[in-house]
Amino acid sequence: MSAARVAPRSVSAEPGIAVATLPPWWRMYPSRVVTFWLVELRKIRHDRSELYLRAVQPVLWLLIFGETFSHLRAIPTPKGVSYLAYLSPGIMAQSALFIAIFFGIQIIWERDSGILTKLMATPTPRLALISGKAFAAGVRSAAQVVVVLVLSVVLQIRFDWNPLHLIAVAAFVVLGAAFFSCLSMTIAGIVLHRERLMGVGQAITMPLFFASNALYPVRVMPGWLQGLSAANPMSYEVDALRGLLIGTPSSLLLDLGVLVLAVTAGVAASASLLPRLAR
Amino acid sequence: MAAEVALATGSSPGLALPVVCSDLHVSFGAVRAVDGISFHIEPGEVYALLGPNGAGKTTTIRVLTTLIAADQGEVSVFGHRVRREAMLVRHLIGYLPQQLSADFGLTGYENVWLFARLFDLPRRDRERRVREVLAVMGLDDVRDRLVRTYSGGMIRRLELAQALVNRPALLVLDEPTIGLDPLARADVWERVRSLREETGMTVLMTTHYMEEADALSDRVALMHHGRFRAEGTPARLKSALGPGSTLDDVFRHHVGAAIEDEEVSGGGRDVRSTRRTAQRLG
Repeated sequence: MSAARVAPRSVSAEPGIAVATLPPWWRMYPSRVVTFWLVELRKIRHDRSELYLRAVQPVLWLLIFGETFSHLRAIPTPKGVSYLAYLSPGIMAQSALFIAIFFGIQIIWERDSGILTKLMATPTPRLALISGKAFAAGVRSAAQVVVVLVLSVVLQIRFDWNPLHLIAVAAFVVLGAAFFSCLSMTIAGIVLHRERLMGVGQAITMPLFFASNALYPVRVMPGWLQGLSAANPMSYEVDALRGLLIGTPSSLLLDLGVLVLAVTAGVAASASLLPRLAR
Repeated sequence: MAAEVALATGSSPGLALPVVCSDLHVSFGAVRAVDGISFHIEPGEVYALLGPNGAGKTTTIRVLTTLIAADQGEVSVFGHRVRREAMLVRHLIGYLPQQLSADFGLTGYENVWLFARLFDLPRRDRERRVREVLAVMGLDDVRDRLVRTYSGGMIRRLELAQALVNRPALLVLDEPTIGLDPLARADVWERVRSLREETGMTVLMTTHYMEEADALSDRVALMHHGRFRAEGTPARLKSALGPGSTLDDVFRHHVGAAIEDEEVSGGGRDVRSTRRTAQRLG
């Protein structure tokens, strides 16, 4: 064992003053987000089973629900767009939502296991920690983009394969997942227990999904539901995905603005609750 | 002028001790977890907080590592107040929490690499530094294995490697050997001892193993119900009680009960987390 290797930084070169250099926040913040993002990628690489299991859900939705409702012709779609094509961006967003909404469980697990405590004792601002976690959830959810894209080939759905559009699609899914994981971490900060978080998560997932344009156009909804849908970030995510993938009219800038705002608010809310988890 | 500034910011450059804690109070609801303790730690010293679960040791450490706020009192690390200059304080500390805190879904290397990034080690030093601390902790051969395949002792050593990667000026160890078998315990202590001998690093630790505190610490504080019952070198505390006394006897003398009897008095969460740690260690 060599001494010099683990020696502390010279703390007493100037008597009593500990030398520490902290990078400015504008370097630290993105660096932390990238760190958590890279760690998540590593974890996915070590254990892909969750990835495969998660792929089952969008497959079932598109194959069973999608095929059935295509035949029923119950849901009006824009001209020249099949219901399967109309549905698949919605399923992309939905399967990402289902992953992200339970991300708070990971925070509670990390809290119980001491990982969170140790992360919070590193020079990592609370906001950067939460942002890092949120975008890690985004990475995990972005896998669903690939799943639905592959399915679209199998089901002969005509998507726009313009690479720029696909990159934008991934970005929107990451943003959406980042928001829903923040929502989940905020709830985690309030309820503090896994079981309760599971309960709340179950209770809000379906309403988030159904009170959006994921399955059907907003105009077939009653007025009060349209109001809910307009307040639901999910609707903006789906609107953007549809515009990018199947070329339906969409307001990309508005969608982006709403999602960025939602993520910012979500990060702020869960970061403010983080001290509760540290106790 | 300089002196004024120093006073105003609470840091006195000439005398910045690793830890100065004065009149610390922390309550959780009606429970007074820490009830007015004051102490300081000298440079290069190994200082141990001793006491049963629920004595307030971990709470003290959580204030010192910037994780929770004190209700009253002041704690500074190398002259930096833990609340006002939290980021600087975090930068100077290597922290090993009581629970097992390595990420089981990553390899040993990745676990340490994560902390190297979180402490902003320059890219050019990062890989070398991570390999160094892993080697020092004897984890060279297993660094690319997932942590879930590690033994309890290996995980503890890995966590020490994480805590050391930033060359901390103060190493904070919260129950570093809890739940380990005697061999692994001895190994962890041996490594802490040699670290300390070779680097002169300042160490603050908590334990409820009296014989280990006796063998390793320069000074100990006996803590009970959030207060210090005694403080001093193990030798002085023992000799004050009479020849042939052990630190266990000292504890019994000051607290009125053996530490084992008090073990169940810790808060529910405390006990649960201890058991979980033991369980995860297999």
